[in-house]
Amino acid sequence: MLIAIAAIAVLAAAFGLLLGYSAIRFHIEGDPIADQVDALLPQSQCGQCGYPGCRPYAEAVASGEAEISLCSPGGEAAMLSMADLLGREPVALGELVEKVKCVAVIDEQICIGCTKCLQACPVDAIVGAAKQLHGAIARECTGCGLCQDPCPVNCIRMEPIPESIGTWKWPYPANQPMHAPTDQPVKQPPGANTSPEIEHREAA
Amino acid sequence: MFSLPMTLHSSTRAGRKRKLWRFHGGIHLPEEKHLSNRESVQDAPLPSQLVIPLQQHIGAPARACVAVGDPVLKGQVIGEPQGYISAPVHASSSGVVSAIEPRSLPHPSGLRGPCVVIDTDGADAWAALPEPIVEFEQVDVATLRERIRASGIVGMGGASFPSSVKLNPGTDQSIATLIINGAECEPYITCDDLLMREYAADIVDGIRIMLHVLGAKRCLVGIEDNKPEALLAMRQAVVLRAREKAPSAPIDVVRIPTLYPSGGEKQLIKILTGKEVPSHGIPAQIGIVCQNVGTANAVADAVLRGRPLIERLVTVTGRAVAQPRNYRVRVGAPATGLVERSGGYRGELAKLVIGGPMMGFRVNSDAVPITKAVNCILGLTPEESPDPGEPLACIRCGRCAEVCPANLLPQQLYWNARAKDIDKVQDYNLFDCIECGCCAHVCPSHIPLVQYYRYAKTESWAREREKRASEHARERHAAREARLERMERERKANLRKKKEAIAPKGDADAGAVDPKKSAIEAARKRAAAKKAAAVKVAGSDVAPASFAVAASAAEPAADQADGKARVQLVESTSPTRRSRTDAPAKRVSVREPVSEDQD
Repeated sequence: MLIAIAAIAVLAAAFGLLLGYSAIRFHIEGDPIADQVDALLPQSQCGQCGYPGCRPYAEAVASGEAEISLCSPGGEAAMLSMADLLGREPVALGELVEKVKCVAVIDEQICIGCTKCLQACPVDAIVGAAKQLHGAIARECTGCGLCQDPCPVNCIRMEPIPESIGTWKWPYPANQPMHAPTDQPVKQPPGANTSPEIEHREAA
Repeated sequence: MFSLPMTLHSSTRAGRKRKLWRFHGGIHLPEEKHLSNRESVQDAPLPSQLVIPLQQHIGAPARACVAVGDPVLKGQVIGEPQGYISAPVHASSSGVVSAIEPRSLPHPSGLRGPCVVIDTDGADAWAALPEPIVEFEQVDVATLRERIRASGIVGMGGASFPSSVKLNPGTDQSIATLIINGAECEPYITCDDLLMREYAADIVDGIRIMLHVLGAKRCLVGIEDNKPEALLAMRQAVVLRAREKAPSAPIDVVRIPTLYPSGGEKQLIKILTGKEVPSHGIPAQIGIVCQNVGTANAVADAVLRGRPLIERLVTVTGRAVAQPRNYRVRVGAPATGLVERSGGYRGELAKLVIGGPMMGFRVNSDAVPITKAVNCILGLTPEESPDPGEPLACIRCGRCAEVCPANLLPQQLYWNARAKDIDKVQDYNLFDCIECGCCAHVCPSHIPLVQYYRYAKTESWAREREKRASEHARERHAAREARLERMERERKANLRKKKEAIAPKGDADAGAVDPKKSAIEAARKRAAAKKAAAVKVAGSDVAPASFAVAASAAEPAADQADGKARVQLVESTSPTRRSRTDAPAKRVSVREPVSEDQD
């Protein structure tokens, strides 16, 4: 009896020490799940999800606070990949509409050089100085639209990026192969014996 | 249709039997080559306007180095390569640059791309060309490679990968075999056939140059047995050239059985050598480089005559074209002119295709320029391209897998591509698919399988691009955050420095003596002094004088020292104490301590 208690106690102590040691030795800074979620997000830092950037949203998703369907620029693809990563059920995107990829363009005639858009841009894609004309760097712009609201003279517009041969995609085949029509009941020849079972299946 | 461990034999010029292998799958198609291979090659007329695209190759597009209004000469560089995997673009005739703008290109998207438009002057005058290199075997390999690069030579088999890059496999890979692709397996197309018949000597020269550049031990030229004239011409040319001067390595012209797609790079390598190129790999990994006969011809032109790649052979064929034949065409000439020269369209044109019927793509109009990669313009009648009708459900017959020359599982690729599961499709080696169309051709449900694979490929590339873009945005965002934080820190540091500059005394003292300790010490000293003073006063009043004397005599020095220290300490501690009590106020404003110090 005593031997058993002692053995269990020794084992418990040994494993406790082992666990304690590994908790310190293999400690990971930050949240690796949040990192992985962050990698799936488009990094436009647009804040349309209600969080102040992609990283905070990733953290909220990782901790289970936020729905995975809030990312507008990522659209369905981002939602599905997050569902896949976190083992959650895919959810309907709802009102969220996927937008065409855009780029900010500043109207030189109207810009007053207030630098407000510079401060709003999360990726430093706008260059300029006080009382100097500002310009958006198209290559760096993520199209988040955060620069539009602070502009006091409304000189920034979002222009869709035109499709080029380099970015062109083959379309998804339009004619989907026909399958057995499941939504319509198979037409019964007149006078055919319809069993209640079949009727039930049709109703379903 | 199954890949049997079957070997074929082909007689070579030496008369001995060469062992051949078979690739998996493949199909026999109606050849339709007789339509266009009866007539010899014609020179296409020089058009009044040339539209030369700046991107005619895989890699970075060339950058225009001429301006609108500039006169240009034939063979002059008009687009400079940007980066290693890129190629220059040359003017195909003399004239004046009338525009540099986006124009319609021979591309499945029908989109426009940047082009240099030249109004030709008809003189067709050559620019100063680089010196011809006749004794190429005496010349450094790097020089030859540079010449090939500067001549804008790209793979003429259709992929248009810059040839100089392909001919530079690196020092870690030694190339044993050069394979020249003269298979031309796709129906209708005959431009390689005619090229081999009429320019066999040039092709052999090009082969010898490439053998020298690669340092390869042998060369195998694969030609399908439905091109007996080309086969004969090539063999004769090899013998004739060898008589003049022995080649650096043996060149074997090999007759291979006609089977689509034996002209695929990996398929031809398998047929001729029995080796398989690893999945996602390139032939150089197994010591092989594969080049098209057209590329060999262009290399000979560039090295032996100094001429850049400004023309190519193009087949204009199909039953909807009045007189199908082959043309020698300037790069940038409109396809419209070629069709006109062939007597225009005849009967009903159901489909206009650039390339062959299997791997080509449909275009809506022939108003596109001929590029380095265009080998065929195909006008098909409704009988030749019957509408397959609505696709039916996959019945899982598995015929697609039987004919797949890349040994893939087309059905699995189809299901996953249809479900838009891009990652899963790639697990089934989507990128080993050569889009030959065998699977779709044999599909009894006429499912447009290749369309699904093309969709999945471009979608996958797009996602890759988006991923890179978001990674870049993340870095920039992180850099911005870091910068804002640094600026905030610097601002605070500056503020602190300013504060220190304003109140240097208090801080300096605080650093020297512990204020608490000195305050306690001072208080204790004050208390002791008070006590001593009280005793003195009491002594003088009540106590005998002797006590007072004794007391003062006992510690005269101590008293003196004590008094001095007290004065000093009171002096030194007072500002410290004040500054300590003022600390909250100081934090609010920098000006306040100044007034405090002043009063």
